[in-house]
Order: sequence, then C-alpha cells, then structure tokens
Amino acid sequence: MQERVKAKAIELLESGCRVLGWKAGEFFYDVTPAVFTSREEIERDFVFNPFCGANQSKYLIAESRRGGRVAAFLKPCDTYSFQQLQKEHRILRENVYAVGVQCPGMCDMDALRAAGLRGVTGAEDRGEKLLVHTLRGDREVDRSLALSERCRVCKSKKLLDCDEMIGQQGEELVSTRFTEVERLEAMTPEERFAFWRGELSRCIRCNACRNVCPACSCEKCVFDNPASGAENKAPASSFEENLFHIIRAFHVAGRCTDCGECSRVCPQHIPLHLLNRKFIKDINQLYGPYQAGADLETRPPLVDFQQDDPEPSIVGERGTNP
Amino acid sequence: MKKLPLSQLDALFAAIAEKRRLYIPAGEAGTASFTPWREGLKLTDALNTARSAKDLFFPQVENLADFKVTGKQIQVIENRDPAEPFVLFGVRACDCRSFDILDKVFLCDPVDTYYQARREQGTVVTLACTEPEETCFCTALGIDPTDPAGDVTAWMAEGFLYLRANTARGEELLSSLPLLEEGEKPEQDRSVFEKLPLRDLDWSAFGGERMMERFNAPQWASLAESCLGCGTCTFVCPTCQCYDIKDFNTGGGVKRYRCWDSCMYSDFTLMSAGQPRPTQLERFRQRFMHKLVYYPANHEGEFGCVGCGRCLQKCPISMNIVKVARALGEEAKP
Amino acid sequence: MRREALIPQVVQVTDIRRDTPDVKTFRVVDLDGRKPFLHIPGQCAMLSMPGVGEALFSITSSPTNEDYLEFSIKKCGCVTDWLHAIEPGQQVTLRGPYGNGFPVDTDFAGKDLVFVAGGIGLAPLRSVINYVRCYRDRYGTVDIVYGSRSKADLVDYQEILDEWCSEPGISVHLTIDNPQPDWDGHVGFVPNFVKELGFDTGKTVVMCGPPIMIKFTLAGLMEQGFPRDQIYTTLELRMKCGLGRCGRCNIGDKYVCKDGPVFRLDQLDQLPDEY
Repeated sequence: MQERVKAKAIELLESGCRVLGWKAGEFFYDVTPAVFTSREEIERDFVFNPFCGANQSKYLIAESRRGGRVAAFLKPCDTYSFQQLQKEHRILRENVYAVGVQCPGMCDMDALRAAGLRGVTGAEDRGEKLLVHTLRGDREVDRSLALSERCRVCKSKKLLDCDEMIGQQGEELVSTRFTEVERLEAMTPEERFAFWRGELSRCIRCNACRNVCPACSCEKCVFDNPASGAENKAPASSFEENLFHIIRAFHVAGRCTDCGECSRVCPQHIPLHLLNRKFIKDINQLYGPYQAGADLETRPPLVDFQQDDPEPSIVGERGTNP
Repeated sequence: MKKLPLSQLDALFAAIAEKRRLYIPAGEAGTASFTPWREGLKLTDALNTARSAKDLFFPQVENLADFKVTGKQIQVIENRDPAEPFVLFGVRACDCRSFDILDKVFLCDPVDTYYQARREQGTVVTLACTEPEETCFCTALGIDPTDPAGDVTAWMAEGFLYLRANTARGEELLSSLPLLEEGEKPEQDRSVFEKLPLRDLDWSAFGGERMMERFNAPQWASLAESCLGCGTCTFVCPTCQCYDIKDFNTGGGVKRYRCWDSCMYSDFTLMSAGQPRPTQLERFRQRFMHKLVYYPANHEGEFGCVGCGRCLQKCPISMNIVKVARALGEEAKP
Repeated sequence: MRREALIPQVVQVTDIRRDTPDVKTFRVVDLDGRKPFLHIPGQCAMLSMPGVGEALFSITSSPTNEDYLEFSIKKCGCVTDWLHAIEPGQQVTLRGPYGNGFPVDTDFAGKDLVFVAGGIGLAPLRSVINYVRCYRDRYGTVDIVYGSRSKADLVDYQEILDEWCSEPGISVHLTIDNPQPDWDGHVGFVPNFVKELGFDTGKTVVMCGPPIMIKFTLAGLMEQGFPRDQIYTTLELRMKCGLGRCGRCNIGDKYVCKDGPVFRLDQLDQLPDEY
C-alpha cells in the first residue's frame, strides 16, 4: 500500500496539487501529518503505513482555502468526516482532490504498549501478524492486538465522495461499537455517574480532543473566549471538567461521525468516544438510523423537525430507573 | 546501603505511610499516575507516569488567596492548602532532574512560597530504570537513569529493593524504617541503554548562543504546520511551568487561583492591544526555543528538557522535541 | 509566614482625575494613608480588583513624590473598564514594583535627554520626567516631544502647561495630529516633528508610544545618525505574574516584566521581534 500511495502522491504533486500526507518520524509509528510540495520531500519523507491513523479531514478546512488544489488520502472513516465537513460548508470541495484508500484497520502504539511491549523500535506488517522489534529482542504478536479500539469495531469500509480510490470499495459493516455503550446503559445511574466521574477525573484540560475533532471546527471556541463567561483553563471545581466534555458531546451530537480521534489523542486515555456513541445510539433509536457524514442530503435529525418526532420527555422517562 | 526483599514492599509502603502521606506510581501503562498509597495499591508496571512528577510540587490548580469584597472594601484572606510532609516514591531519573530545572525558576528571588513549601515537605525517593522505552533520551542529556538523584535512590534487583540515602532528609526517612537491613546492590547491566535509538541526539546547535539564528530557522514553518495547538505536550512535560492566574467568583467571595497554562494556546499572549504571536508557528517555536535556547541562556547552558519522552508518546500528531532537535540541528551543521 | 509575592496588598484610591476622554489618573495610598512602596521611574505594578482581574500598569508618579503612587490608565479592556467606573474611596489591590526602570542614576546622568511620547505613552515617561525635574542639575538639556490625536487627548496637559513649560532648561514641544480651532501649536505626527526639531545626535532619546509612532520615529532617528545604544523605549506585553515566571512576556532570554520593560534599542536588536 505504501508504494501505491506514494506513487499516487508524486503523480498528484506533478499534476499541480499540494499533497496532504504523513511524514515519517523517528520510529515506524510516529508519523506526522504534513503537506508536501516537492518530489524530493515525498521521496524522502512520505509514508503510508498501519500507523497513519490520524483523520486528516479537519486539515482540509484550512488547506482548501489556501489557494490552489490540495490532494488528500482519506481512509473510509476519514471520508465520513470529509463529507460531514462539506455538509457544514467548512471544506471547499472543488479545491480538494480526494483519494480514498481502503484500510485494513489502523494500529495504535498505545495498544501495543498496553499489551506489555516496551522499548519498541520497529514492526513489520506480516498480514495477520506483526513482528515487533524491541530493545530486548523480537516478538510476534497478532495484528489485532495492535489495532485501535475504533478499528476493532469498524463501522464501515465504504469510501465516500472520492475522486479516485486505491484498493477496493468496501461496505458498511455490522459493528459491535455500541456494546460498551450498552454496558454503561445497564448500570444504575449511581454506577454510571461514578464511572464517568472516575474517567473524567483524569482530564488535564489539554484540549487535544477538541482541537483534533473534525466536528469542533468553530473559529473561536466558547471555552477560549474570555467574553463568553465559560472560558477556563482549569477547573475551579472538579465538576467543571466533566461539564466541558458533556457540553462538547452535546455540541457535536448529530454531527459526530464516530471517527474516534478524541479517544485516540487523549493523553489520559479517557474513553471520550463513548459519550459521542451514546448520542449516536440515542439518535438512531429516537429518530431512526442516521450516520453523520454518510451523505450530503439527509437532514440531520437534531436540526430537523417531523411531526412524529418523539417528545423530549421520552429521554427523561427513560433516564429514571424502572 | 539498605535492602529489603521485594516481597515486603507493601510493608515498607505501610511503614512510610504511617507517618506521612506516600505517593507511588500506580495504574496501567498510558495512564499511570502518582497516587496516594493505600493498603493494596501496587506499583505500576509502566516505566513512567502519564503526567510527570512535577504535579506534586506545582499542581495543575492551586488556590493563591481568597478575597472578600464588601462595598468599596477588600479583604485578603490567605487560605493556602497546608503543605504536609510527604514521600514521593518511584520518581525516575528524568523527572528528578526536572525538579532542579523547576527549582531554578520558582526558588529564585522572590521565592514562590507555594512551590517552596511543597519542596520542603517532600522527600523524593527515585527508582533506577532497568527497562527503558524507545522514546527515552535522558542519557543524551547527561542523566544516568541507573543512578538517579533524589533524597533516596532505590534500585530493584534480584528480588530485593536497595535504598541509598543521598541527603539528610533521605537519611531521616531510611532511619525511620526498622525493616531495612544492610546490603550492597549487585552491579547493573547497562547494555540496554547503549541500544537506545535516541542516545546520540545532538544538541550542539542549541544553547544560549546563536539565539537569533535558531529563531529565524526556516524549518519552524514545516515543523509547526500540523500542530493542533493543544496543550498536551505542555501539560505532560515535567519542565513546563508557565501558568495563569485567574479569579473565580464563588458568590460569597473571590477565589484567586493559579493554573497551568500553555504557550501553545492562542490566548496565551493575547492583549487588548494586539497579539505578538499571531499564528501557531510563533507559539510552537516559543515552546521549543524556551527549552533549548532561552532557558539555557539564563541557566549556564542547562537545557529545559530531561529526555523523559512523554511528548514523544503523547503528542496527537507525533511532533516533539526530538524532531525539532533533528530538524534544526541538521540545519545548523556547517 | 514568608511573604508571598503573588499576594497583593490592599490599597485605597484617594483621587481620580480625568485626563482625556479615555484616560484617567488614579492616586493610591495604603490603608494607613501612606505611599505603598518605593520605585524607580519606569517600573510597573499589578493593580487588581478581585473578581475582575489583575493587570500591569506603569507607575506614572515620580519616586520623588513621597505621599502616593499614581497610575494613568487608558480604558481599553476588562480591568481598565472597571477602573474607569469607580469612585474615590474604592479599595483595589496592588503588588510591585516590577521591572528594571530607567537608568536615571547611571546611564542618564549628565546626559542631554529627549523624551518622545505619543498618547498614553506619556504615562511611563511622566515619572522619569518629573524625577529629572527634581534633580535638574544631574542632567543636561531636556526636550520633551509629545503628541496626541487632539488637544483633548493630551494626557497631563494642565501639568505640562503649568509646570513643565514654565521651567527653565526644559523645552516642551507639543503636537496634535489634526488642526483644531483652539490650538495654535504644532500640527503633525510625532515622527515628522522629531525630524523637524533636528536634535543633536549626542542626545539620549527616551521613547514611548504606539508601535507605529515608535517605528517611524526610530527610522527618522536612524536617518539622522543616532546611535542605537542611545535610544531607550519600554515594551508592553501580556503579563500575569510580574516575576518572570508565568511565561507570557518571555522574549528570547528576557522577561519583559523582570528584565524590562525598559530596553535600549541595541538590546532589542538581540531579541526576537515578538513584541
């Protein structure tokens, strides 16, 4: 895949595009999103490997406004964000050349570390297996072990709105992504409250979740605006932190494509995606199945009104214990 | 040197915690943190904590003072958290060096009494490293991970914990623990540290000299281009110490607190009169220039980085001080 | 307990004078009615109203004034809006003094001085001008070039007329941007006026004003051949601590709150242009 993507990158560059891609790092896994403007740079630094998990669609908001065309390589889940951002009029589609790249699931270094691998200096992709080099020798592990959570429960391999594709077009999948949400729903309100208080207590308010989120594309976030009354860098009480995440989840509700970037970037491993998934699951149940970013036309249920929409009280009733 | 069978570690923690609060690194890789010890709490398997040990001396949020406003009158109420004696166990060599760096900022005149009170009450027990991560580069900054500083240095080897007091405070701690026996630690095999991929990082391009040359390097644009402008690197960094002072209206009064801030944030230098660092490029550059050029310029060449590798592991876009050092170091070569 | 620099003292505003439509001068004393602390001309202090915020202002009064401190403050943000709405008798908090101040007893001694100010930029210079007036024999000639948008925007206009203009050995050169009926003085921008006045390049220049004024005045002075180590200015950046720690005012290896706000031009040449 690396060679095909790289060759395409050179081709697109030579056709006059800037190329948004990934730049190789110190190790095999620490790739950085970068815009390439010369063939030498691509040949030297361009990389596309199982660690290119970052969703690059948000960069296209700025890149599509920079003048000229920008080419981007989007994985199936990235294309949902790409399309959702178009739906919100944030990306100038005509300035983007989108190459869909089929994806076998992306790996996550933290998953490898959580599996007890330490001092990892390299890895070789061997299909179902990953041969991992460490400071203390090699270890072969199942590739599934290195997959990030979002890829283990992948919702779709479908590439949307691409100008061309590398690899086969895929299908929407039957995903188990709501299993964890169901587990939380089965808790008593007290247990659930304790769960979230515990998880959110680790928040350091670095704003990585917000800044990476394609749905968080406000020019000036209310939490950064001194005039808003909600601006804050640190909690004056520990509950403020919790509210930050809950408010953010509300703000992206109906627009979140479940790309999982919030949880990927969280330095404290807070499962933020579960808040969003809960909203998605509720929206599906209350208003009928809806996938943000799946198309450009469907009206998002939260900004649409139908006479047979359920009354808001249904939420309150359901929240009480039987 | 003292020793204790590792099987008695819990008893040691219990003995320390009897007289003062004890913090140990606990939890899983990726989220381990210094946690108040309680019966049954185990040391983490992770090499290091997600947040650094600076939190214990320079917490993310702390009260400075309270104010009571009545009509035109103001009353200042000093209401600081009382600093009580505590022991910080399991600090790695990198984090321990960060205390020296922070001391130079907070303990110079006029001394920061909040920080100072915690430093005076804290006894630091460091723990020598045996299984480094590939992201470790403390050795490239002159730190020996196998013989860290601190009030007490601890080693784990062959089923024993070995403890050596380095300061009077450390002596006091060890002498208060009757379960320790005399013992000498075995020689440690250091070969794994010779294999660290970042051991040869070249810092010669940095330091207080050639400030303007580094500042004006063209590489900053590409290094900063995909920076999200979040504060992850800042907040997990053991040496970042910029802060904000904020007032919080509690209804009955005003709480003035200090909290961590980040030069990566767009409002860090924002004034009603303008913004001297208008884009992420300038903000990004500030953070690394501070650690690699400005701090050394003011502190006899010492870098404001300890090689803990947290920014390598935590940055959402995998941009970090090592990549900056490589890119600018490369440029500086004749 | 050791004194903590971040905890302010409570002081009282005893007098508020309206200088211009958007500048007021606040006189403060401590709760015993005395001057809160000693300072050097050019130094700053943190004024605050709990719940509103804390901000750094230059001390406008001269150190030779033994009774109180004064701050001339332009209405331009959260804290200053609040200050402009208060009445005498209001308490505020104060901590300081911060910064290096002007080298009035060293580098300035025996020198011919030219003060160049624009708008509220007179505030930090007023302290040093009045200091120099008090120890007049320690300095050579004194020229003051001061300009504003209009006559009404000239800060301390009454003091300038009543005291500075009438003092032997001090030449005051006032200018406003546009002509107006009750003004028979010079009209034009400060940079051009400085050029027209054609000062001897041996003089020491002390400048404070909006960035655009500094930029063009400087270009003129360079053209005339002033050495860069004879030109002083003060910087203003966002500050929170005043102690060189919070990080906001860090430029290069300097902290404006601690190593500045007064810099010589040749010193600024050594620093990144982030002010």
